[in-house]
Parts: sequence; structure tokens; C-alpha cells
Amino acid sequence: MATISIKDITKSYGKTEVIHGVSLDVADGEFIVIVGPSGCGKSTLLRMVAGLERITGGTIDIGGRVVNELEPRERDIAMVFQNYALYPHMSVFDNMAYGLKIAGQSKAEIKQRVDKAAAMLQIEPYLERKPRALSGGQRQRVAMGRALVRQPAVFLFDEPLSNLDAKLRVQMRLEIKQMQRAVGTTALYVTHDQVEAMTLADRLVVMNGGVAEQIDTPMAVYERPATRFVAGFIGSPAMNILQGSVTDKHFALEGGGTLALEDAGYAEKGRPILFGVRPEHLRLVPAADAVLNLGVTAIETLGADTLAHGKLAGANGVGGELVARLPGSARLSVGDTLPLAIEPGMTHLFDAESGRRL
Amino acid sequence: MVEKRGFGTFLVHAVLIVGIAIVCFPIYLTFVGSTLTHFEIIRPPMPLLPGPHLIDNYTQALTQGITAPVGRMLFNSFVMAMGIAVGKIAISILSAYAIVYFRFPFRMLAFWAIFMTLMLPVEVRIVPTYQVAASLGLLNSYTGLILPLIASATATFLFRQFFMTVPDELVEAARVDGAGPLRFFKDILLPLSVTNIAALFVILFIYGWNQFLWPLLITTKPEMNTIVMGLKQMMPTADDYGNWPVTMAAAMLAVLPPVAVVLFMQRLFVKGLVETEK
Repeated sequence: MATISIKDITKSYGKTEVIHGVSLDVADGEFIVIVGPSGCGKSTLLRMVAGLERITGGTIDIGGRVVNELEPRERDIAMVFQNYALYPHMSVFDNMAYGLKIAGQSKAEIKQRVDKAAAMLQIEPYLERKPRALSGGQRQRVAMGRALVRQPAVFLFDEPLSNLDAKLRVQMRLEIKQMQRAVGTTALYVTHDQVEAMTLADRLVVMNGGVAEQIDTPMAVYERPATRFVAGFIGSPAMNILQGSVTDKHFALEGGGTLALEDAGYAEKGRPILFGVRPEHLRLVPAADAVLNLGVTAIETLGADTLAHGKLAGANGVGGELVARLPGSARLSVGDTLPLAIEPGMTHLFDAESGRRL
Repeated sequence: MVEKRGFGTFLVHAVLIVGIAIVCFPIYLTFVGSTLTHFEIIRPPMPLLPGPHLIDNYTQALTQGITAPVGRMLFNSFVMAMGIAVGKIAISILSAYAIVYFRFPFRMLAFWAIFMTLMLPVEVRIVPTYQVAASLGLLNSYTGLILPLIASATATFLFRQFFMTVPDELVEAARVDGAGPLRFFKDILLPLSVTNIAALFVILFIYGWNQFLWPLLITTKPEMNTIVMGLKQMMPTADDYGNWPVTMAAAMLAVLPPVAVVLFMQRLFVKGLVETEK
């Protein structure tokens, strides 16, 4: 168990810098999820912590020890890979025991630790099998068992669930979380799946283009996204973002039309800004109370919810496209005009140029 | 698979049987020859059924032979073939490991240098190689028989291609588990290469067994002769009439070890050639 402290870390391949100075402090036992679109540098960051990738600049400190120049085995970490990376010629038991064997543990100690991990992951019946005789979910468990038996200071997960089918992914997600809680080991977890990120994390690191855009708890990231990118990336369906500018107590849409703002003290008049509201924070109201009117162009029924895609009435040019998440009981059809209101306090304003939250 | 019925099946089998007969007849004739007396063989027509002298001929071949006892020559051949096969595999798997998994200066140059030697088989470089072997005092020795034939570009290339299909994550998992380079080679890479090694072993053993020109040059004493060159020397030349039954028996004996290797390793051999699962 240990803290991790990442200070101003950079990574370059030749002249191309792919990670531009990320800093992160992880408390002991914390579960940190690094999330971002593919190519944002999240896996590279994890691999630098693991010691599989050289660090170009900055320092990584695990448990009070700078590990920049240490080999992976000296860093007291265990890693779970996306394709599991089980040794195909070894039995499940040997796969899990291999690291301990190299570390020179006694036979009895190895057996005791492997049995304990196997019991925890419910893979005892398969200990003598080869990996190829296991299903995807079982292999995933073995890969986790291999990390677990080493009792490392830090778990590193590199998209461990992306090779599983949707149902199994949900189940394994819960199990990973429970396992980490049970052993209380610090964990870094990389994923591109925002649901996984939200459900697993104590804190989220949202990365984009080699920069950590926001580091905070899942709810804080959801409620107060620091940048326009985070706002669009976290939440499904994505947040509606409209371009326009502030005029007195109103937000003037780029394509025409205005929205009333509750509090126009945000910005100086005429400044180009982005106005964001999540689909789930729009609700149907009587026509007289409507803040905006949505001309429905498409409907997706999900059962519990209905997603109404449409265009703002009054927005005649580009933009003004909006999604509203309405109760499943709402009866809608294409061509309707829906009177909608925004839940109080649920609007987000971003600077149009920097994308920063205002 | 194309499904055949009636006449088609008959035709296919007929062709196969004729083919097998053509290939097997000379071998059968050799076997028959090894059970007859010398005069039965040279007086036409030669009998087509085995005679009663099987044990006599084989005993004579194994213990006395003509130039040297065949038993001795078989042993020489075996040592040479094993030495070449094991040596080639050991050297090429290590060089392939170095080329694929380590970054060092002139790595690609080393690879291409090895690859270029494909253009220089023994026959091309035989005179300088002989000169070197002679200067090192390797004539009439097992070292001299084996060493100059060990370097192998083909096997290196084969292992290189195989290693490149091993997933990178496996290497990384081993590094995280704490395995150093030698440990990784011994615990992970070598067990994964077993089928490839077996397939190569079969090919290289037969290659070594069938060497003719090099043993002919490097050995002058009869007791260092290998079986393949020994057979040639047992053939009657212009002014003698040889000893055909013993020669035939020696020929039969010469075929047995490669056949045994192929039969014994067949399962692994086929697996090694078709295996794709990692």
C-alpha cells in the first residue's frame, strides 16, 4: 500500500511530445480512474508508472520513493493487461505463482497466497487448467489473481474489461471494485468507457490530448465539468452545447433565438461563450412556462427514458441542436414542438476560446 | 474436401498405390538384396523374395563392414547429426532472441550479416573452411565434422519470425512479474518454442545425417567415416566386385535413424508446422 505522486510528467517520442506535464497525487488506498478518448495518452501515463515506458521529464514517486529509473519489478506494482497476457504454457496456478516464485517465496507461502486469491476470485476449480481452456471472463479473473497474489503497493489496470462482452463487463466492474475495497490497495485504472470510469473511481482523471483536463470525484466532474471537453465526454448522452454570447440577462444563440439566464453575472456582455445543459436536466413543462421550445426531429425510446432529438425553435441557422432526456411515459412524435424548462442551477457556461468553465 | 464416389475413389486409390509402389520398390529391392548372398545378387535375374542370410549379412556389416564397421560409421553419423541439429538450434535461438528482444548498436547489421550467409552454403565456402579447419587441427575429429556446419541463417530467421509473433504484453507481464532477460527466455520463450524446436530438429537432423561432401573432406581415417560417405566407399569400383549383400545391409541400416527420428517426432513436427495458437 502506498501513495503515488506524479509531478509534471512529460513523454516524448522523438520530437513529438505526447504527454504535456501531468501532475497527480494519489492517496493510500484510493481508486483513481484515468479516462479519455483513444490517443489521449492515458495508457502511456499508466505504462510510465509501471516502468514499461521511459519518463521524458518530471518524476513519479511511489510510496515516498522516486521510481523514475527503477525496473518494473523494483517498483512494487502489479499490472492487469487488456488482453490478459497470461503465459499460455503454464497452468492457472503457475501463472499466478510465477511472480512469487521469482521473488523467492517458499512453496507453502506461494500455495497459501494463490489459494486465497483463487477463493476470492472464485477460480479454484480451474487452477490446474491452461489459459486456453478458460473463457474470457475466467482469464480476466486469472489476470487479476496474478496481480492480487503479489500483494503490491499499487494495482495498475490497462483497460482490463474492454475484451469482455457487455454483461460480463458490468459484473467484473463490480468485482474489481469490491476486490480493491477488500484489500485496500491503491489502484490506477485506465479506460475509455465513461460508465466504467464513473462507477469505479474515487477520483477521475479526465485526459485529452496529453493533458489532464480535470481531476476530481466523479460527481464533481459530472456536476461542474472544468472544461468544455470534460462536459462533452462525461455523461451520456453528451451534454448539449450551444454557441452564442451573453446579452444582459439573456444568452443569444449564434443561429438566432435567446435563452433566459438565471444569473447573468457570469461574463461581460457580448463575449462569445458556450452554453451547456445536460439532456437529463431538461423537463417538459406547460407551454406558458417554457424557457425553450424544441422541434422534435427524432425519437429514441429506451424504456425508462425517451430521448428527444431536435432543433431549438427560433434557431434558424447552424447549431441549436439539442437532446432532451424525458420520462419514458412521455408520448412524443416527430414534428412535435416540446415546451422545455431547465432545472434550476443546471446550466454550464464555458469560454468559447479556451473552453474553460466560467 | 472434394467428395468422390465409385470409380473416382478407385482411381484416386489406384494412383496413390502406384505412386507408393514406385517409391517403395527400390527400398524393397535393397532389403531383399541384404538377405541374399553376393552370387545370388550378381547372377541375373536377381530374386525378388528375401533369402535366408539376413542375420549373417547384418552381423557382418555391423561388426566388420568393408572399409570400417558400419556400427562405427552409424555412431559417427549419429554424433555428427545430433551435434549439428542441437548446435544449430542453440546458436540460432540465442541469436534470434538477441535480435528480436534487445536494442544494441548495429543490431540490424548483425541480422543482415546473418541473413547474407544464406548465400554461402558449405559447398561455396568449402575450400577456405577446410583451410581453417585444418589449421585448427580439426581434421578427423567430431568437432571438425560438426562445428563448421553449425551457423544457420535459416533457423535464426525462423526463430526471429516466431518471436515476433509473441505478444509484447507477455514480455511486459514477465517484466512486471520480475523476470530478467535470461529468466524470461528460460521460463516463457523456450517452452513456447518447443514445437518449433522439434520441427527444426527433425529437418536439421536429416540435414546433418545426409552430409556427404564435408565429411568426405575432413575425415581421412576409416574409423571417422560417416555412414553416407562410407556407403559410397563400399560401392564396388572398376576393378573389384565388392560385397553387395553387406553394402545393401549397410544401406538399410543407414536409413533407419532418420526414419526413427521422423516417426518419433512426427506429432510435434506437424504441430510445429501448423501451430498458430499462441
